[in-house]
This record gives sequence, C-alpha cells and structure tokens, in this order.
Amino acid sequence: MQIELTKKARMLALATLGAAAMITGPFLATDANAKTLRFAFQGELKAADPYAINESFSLSVNGSVYEGLIRRGQDMKIEPCLATSWETLDPLHWRFHLRKGVKFHEGQDFTADDVVFSADRVHSAGSDIKNRVPLDAKVVKVDDYTVDFILKTPNPLLLNEWETWGIFSKKWSEEHGATEATAMNATTPPYAALHANGTGPFMLVSHEPGVKTVWKKNPNWWDKPKHNIDEVVFTPIPSNATRVAALLSGEIDWMDPVPLPDQARVNANPGTEVLAGPEIRTIFLGFDQIRPELGHSNVKGKNPFKDVRVRKAFYQAIDEEAIKTKVMRGLATPTALLIAPSLYSESKDFKRIPFDPEASKKLLAEAGYPEGFEVQMNCPNDRYVNDEAICQAVVGMLARIGVKIDLLSEPKSKFFARITAAGGYDSSFYLLGWTPSTLESYNVFQYIIGCRDEKGNGGGNNVGGYCNPKVDQLAKEALQEPDQEKRDDIFKQAWQLSLFDDVAYIPLHQQALAWGVSKKTHVVQRPDNYYIFAWVNMD
Amino acid sequence: MIAFIIRRLFASIGVLIAVGLIAFVLFRYIGDPVNQMVGIETPESERVALRQQLGLNDPAPVQALRFLANAARLDFGISYQFKQPVSELIGARMPATLELAFVASIMSLVAGIPMGVYTALHRRSALAKLFEALSLVGISLPTFLIGILLIYLFAVTLGWLPSFGRGDVVHIGSWWTTGLLTKSGLKSIIMPAITLALFQMTLIMRLVRAEMLEVLRADYIRFARARGLSERKVHFRHALKNTLVPVITVVGLQLGSIVAFSIITETVFSWPGMGQLFLQSVQNVDIPIMAAYLLFIAFLFVIINLVVDLLYAAVDPRLRVAIHGA
Repeated sequence: MQIELTKKARMLALATLGAAAMITGPFLATDANAKTLRFAFQGELKAADPYAINESFSLSVNGSVYEGLIRRGQDMKIEPCLATSWETLDPLHWRFHLRKGVKFHEGQDFTADDVVFSADRVHSAGSDIKNRVPLDAKVVKVDDYTVDFILKTPNPLLLNEWETWGIFSKKWSEEHGATEATAMNATTPPYAALHANGTGPFMLVSHEPGVKTVWKKNPNWWDKPKHNIDEVVFTPIPSNATRVAALLSGEIDWMDPVPLPDQARVNANPGTEVLAGPEIRTIFLGFDQIRPELGHSNVKGKNPFKDVRVRKAFYQAIDEEAIKTKVMRGLATPTALLIAPSLYSESKDFKRIPFDPEASKKLLAEAGYPEGFEVQMNCPNDRYVNDEAICQAVVGMLARIGVKIDLLSEPKSKFFARITAAGGYDSSFYLLGWTPSTLESYNVFQYIIGCRDEKGNGGGNNVGGYCNPKVDQLAKEALQEPDQEKRDDIFKQAWQLSLFDDVAYIPLHQQALAWGVSKKTHVVQRPDNYYIFAWVNMD
Repeated sequence: MIAFIIRRLFASIGVLIAVGLIAFVLFRYIGDPVNQMVGIETPESERVALRQQLGLNDPAPVQALRFLANAARLDFGISYQFKQPVSELIGARMPATLELAFVASIMSLVAGIPMGVYTALHRRSALAKLFEALSLVGISLPTFLIGILLIYLFAVTLGWLPSFGRGDVVHIGSWWTTGLLTKSGLKSIIMPAITLALFQMTLIMRLVRAEMLEVLRADYIRFARARGLSERKVHFRHALKNTLVPVITVVGLQLGSIVAFSIITETVFSWPGMGQLFLQSVQNVDIPIMAAYLLFIAFLFVIINLVVDLLYAAVDPRLRVAIHGA
C-alpha cells in the first residue's frame, strides 16, 4: 500500500512537471527561418543603461539599442544619425537639425525634448559619461526638431564621443522613474538597468545580468538595415578554453577575444577563423617623474627618472621588435606615439628612438648610474593582451643594461587601485594601456601627458606626473583650432616635445584585435573594437 | 531532541557572525570597488563622491556593524556591477547551482556505492583494478582539467554535447527554473555534473570499499555466514547497511562542498549558477554579492551539519541515547 502511494505520488509529480513543460514549451520554439546571432565575450554586460559605466564593451553593445545624434561609419568617420545636419553659428553656438519621423521602440516620437532631457540625464549623479556634454554647456530647444548647444569655451571636438551618448525618451524615462542614470547608492533597483527603449536597430528583449542578454531586430528602424539577423543572443564566457571550444563546436558564431595560443587552432578548424586587426589602444611604459625620491628603488635622496638621460636609456634598452615577434606572436604594431596611426594623420613622420643597448649603457653612466640601479615595476596581469609577459620581457631587457627590476604583477582590480589617484599614484615604473575615447590626440594630452597635481587634478591618468607647461600650452592651442590640418601640425610639435625631447613615456605598441567568427558570419571590425550588430550578415 | 536542535541553532548564529566578520576583513584586501564601477577617465573628484555614497570612507568597525545589521535583516544591498538587488541575483542563480549539485550527488552515489561494493567483494578481479585506477584519476586530476578534456572530446570533437551554458530552462513557480525538463537542458547538465561528481564518486567508492572490507571482517558477518544466510543477504542486508553510517556523513557534508566548490565547474562550463556569479564578483570587487554568497554557503554548511546529525540519530540508535542524555 505504502509503495503504491509513493508510486502514485511520483506519477503525479511527473505529470505536473510534464504539463509545465508543455505549457512553456511552445514559447521556447523559434521560427525556423529566423537568423540568430550567438555572440560571446569574456566579460559581462553590466547594465542595459549606457550611462552607467564608461566602458567600451557596455557602450558598444548598448549602442545597438540607443543611438546618438551622430554615429561612426566602418571607416570611423562621423556620419549623421539622429541629427541629420549641424552647423556652428559661431564657435560657441552649435545648431543641430534632428531627424523627423523617428520613433522609440515603445512608440514615443523622437523630438528635441528628448535631446534636452538626455543632456540632463547624462549629467545626473549616477552617470559615468558626464564628459559627453560639457558641464557648463546650455542645451536649448529651438523647435521640435532643432536643438542648440551653447558652450562656454570653443570645442571643435564636441561631437567626437557622441556615438556613445545614446538618446533616451523623456516620456518613457519619466513614466518609469528612470530620469536619473543608474545611481550607485540606489536602494531600489533602477528600471533602466534591465529595460531599454532607444531608437536603434535592435530592441532589448531580456537581460539576465551576467547570464544572458537577448535583443531582437527593430522592424520599424528609421534607417535601411545593413544586416540580415533577427535576433542576437549574448552570453558571457569568461573561461578562455570554453569560449574557444564553443566557437569550434559551432555553438557560437562570434566571440572576442581569441587568446594568442589558440589562434592557430581556430584558423585550422574548417568552419572558423580569426579576424585580426590593429586596435587603437596603445600600450606604453611610464616613469614616476614627480616625487623627489622614488617610492620603490634603491636610489635614495633623488629620483633618477627626473633625468631625461635615464628615461632615454630605458627606452633604448627595450627591443620592441622582439616583444612584437616573441611575446605578441606578431599581433602588435610597434608605435612611436601614444596614439594609433589611424587616428593621427602625421604619425608616419615619427619613428621610434632606435633600440641600442650600448647607447643605453652610455647614457646611464653619464647620468651617474654606471652600475644601474634597482626599481620596482607595476604591471597588470589580466587587463591587456599578454600584459604580464610584456613586463617580464622588459625586465630581461633592462637587466642587460644593469637595471634590476622587481616586478609586481597584480590583477587589474588591485593594480588600478594602486597606481591611480585613489592609491596616491603609488608606482615608480609601470605598464599601462590607453585608448583615446574621442579618437584623436587631444584626449591623450588631456589625460596622460597633461600636468597634474598630487590629487589628480589635470592629467588624471598621468600616473608618473610628467609635466611640461609648453606641451600643455600647445595642446590647449590645438583644442581651440577649428582647422583639422593646422590642429594636427600643432599636435606634431607637442608629440615631438613630449615623447622625443622629453622621453615622457616609452610607447610600445598597439595590440591586435582577435575576434573569432564562424565562416558563415560576416562581421565588420572597427579598430575601436566595437561590436556592431547592425553590420552582421549570416549565410 | 528539541533542546539539541535549539542549541545547534545558536551555535550556528555564532558561526555565521564569525564568517561575516572574516569575510568583511578579507574584502578590504581585494582592491577598490570604485575602480570597477566607473570608467578609467572618470575624475578623482567623482570617485571620492562615490566612495562617500557607498560608505567606504567610514571607519572599518562602523562598516562591519552596518554590514552585519543589514545581513541580519537579509538585506544585502544592491550589486555594484549589475545594479540589481543581491538577493534577487543570487535567487536567480540558485536553482542552477542546486540542480547541478543535486544531479552530481545522485550520480556519485549511484555510481560510487556499487563500485565500492564491487571492489570490496571482488578485490582481485580486473574490473575492480580498473575501478581503482579510475578512482586515482578522479582524485588526482584537477576539476578544470577534467572539464576541459570533456569539452574537447564531447563538444568539439564529437559534437554530442553543448560546451557551455544551461540550455533552455522551464519556469516552475515564481522563481525556480529547471533545465531538467528540456532536451537541451538535459544535454547541458551531463558534462558539468560528471565533472563535479567525479571527485565525489571516487571518494564514496573508496569509502564504501574501505568500510565494507572492515565490516566483512567483523564477527557478526562470520556468524551470519555460519547461520547459512545467502552471500547476497550477508553482503547487502548486513554488511552494506552497516557501512552506510559513515557514508551518509561524508555524502551529507560533501553536499555542502559540492555547492561551494561548483565555482570551478561553473566557470569552466559557463554554468549560470551562484559560483560563476561569485567569481565575476571577485573580479569586479562586488562586495555585496561576495558577502551574501559567503554567508549563504556558511549557512548551508551549518544546516547540512545539523541535518546530518539528525540523520545519524535516525540510522544509529546508539546515538539517539547520547543526544537525549546530553
């Protein structure tokens, strides 16, 4: 009797479960002809709100949902998007004409009110992209389809980062209490972190943080689609081996990054290939040039890096060609500047200071260190391609000129906490990477080369504290110069002064992008490593 | 019995507070959460303001007390990285982990006990030797390596099983999700469950084998044989039953470690469970999630210990007296 009861109970339970499966089953089935792009990345999408974090992955993926007034084409050129045209009435007064007939995903009309509202929202407390619109700029609605930006200082680069300043619907944000960008100390979960309503080619279907995000095609997009996909499914796969395996077995169509040791394997597999291209991030070495005595060195009472001969000796001791071929397996472009060639027209006029260990030794001896000295080097080990291996190579190369490096490699969470303003710029010698988000030189002079004080006002990411007021002056002049060619000429002087006369930094290379794609998936690779679903076509 | 349970519950609260405090101390050494919450260009002034808002500038004892007070109300706050309530994030990931742990435990029991019994009874047979060799592999190979080997064999080379994820899931009730009712879900759980179960299976097999050999030498087995009982009855009615007491303890306690150590398996297979969430949180210094997860695991261990003690009493009458007597 007892046995029978349990059997019955078991059958009942099974039947219930079966029914549940049948009820939900049909919803799981998808249209056989629908094209689904399955995309994987090593990190996760933090929030569906593009204002929440100034991080290229979140910005680029959310960019499929939220569009800016401008966008960038496959060649990185600025093209009209939600604004059809614009003019500068005077250097302080910009006028934008908005596209008519655009609707948000949930049906609201796109008007000038939304632009004015988004300018406020981007300055709200929780926003991490406040710099998209100058804080002292006034944004004025002229009529429903015209907006004026009134600036306090001229800024020819005003629109450079507007591709990632997505426009929100004022009405939708007010209805859902999302008028402020996702605040960090919120006690209630912000609506816009899980829901989205933009004007872009894809609409957010669901976002399970850290698990899966699904978008579907926006059938009412204002522009003619250049893609043929109906749905995008994004999964974060942090384990390198698994991400590669998933691509090889055909479970995903597109992934980033392919680790260097696996690239041959991905190319050897008949259905997949590696798409490699130069990225715009520059990897470089920096020195503490601000402290009277180095924090981590055996030289006491003075700071050897204040002497340009020592900096130049370090530069000439580093064999970047060897780093390129041995450490990066050819997937790097050695550079003489802190900006990628594609972003600066005159970069071809610059050559790296030649590799010459003998000259290095001579310079060190002249500077009073014939036997070399000891110094600590800070290096991240999970941030850039082969970052730790690059540092190890540098340690070996500097040993040849008698400099003994004590290498401290750490995960990025500790590394950045140590070397940035929060940690009191606690580094004597370090490796860092930088991508100018505005895609031009001024950004590098602003954040990396510009003078700073101890608290980080000024060049906030200038860890070593290099300072040459002449360079700062040139950069400022360039910013005020509306003519592109003249601007590039001013930058040429500034680059020469900072990187060659002063040897402020040792530029190493631009690392290569390495996407893994199935051969049935055709994607467009832009050097800023943005993932643009609207350009994907699948066989 | 009730007094025993109550006493154990009080001890558990002490354990949880201790874990909470230790966790809190550890968090101070894993980096600055603000760095992971904002982009690299964000000026220091904004970072300072954010640190202030999050209460990271308060003295450590104040932060610790606030953390414990909130935890006592089951309020773990909002995740730094995902801007979602921690309890919801963990709740959404919990079914995946528990399901994996459950399937792995069943697998390890179903395979481990018969293998243990077989190797004890037929010590010299070739099959027993094979099982023992296999158990060595299971105990000595690290989990992630087994996982990757399985992926390369069954997902990449043979293409039979998916290499990552949980497949399609079915919602049951308001928050539980299960992958055990869909074909892709069942296919997805096989490799992670085997990876997670392998070590446990080895452990159970070796334990059953050792206990069985011990018991088979006992006097009452000889008497049972002398009474003329069939070998089958001697082995399974008398011997196996008596080997099960330590096995229950170990299996019970291991259930906690299966859940806790599924972190590695979940990472290798991108299994969307709590372990993967925890690892993402460590990388992003997402303190609220880490704190809640550690407390949850501590709670789980405490509960499992309690249940194992009670089960013990049910299986072994001698212990019942001891508990009542104490």
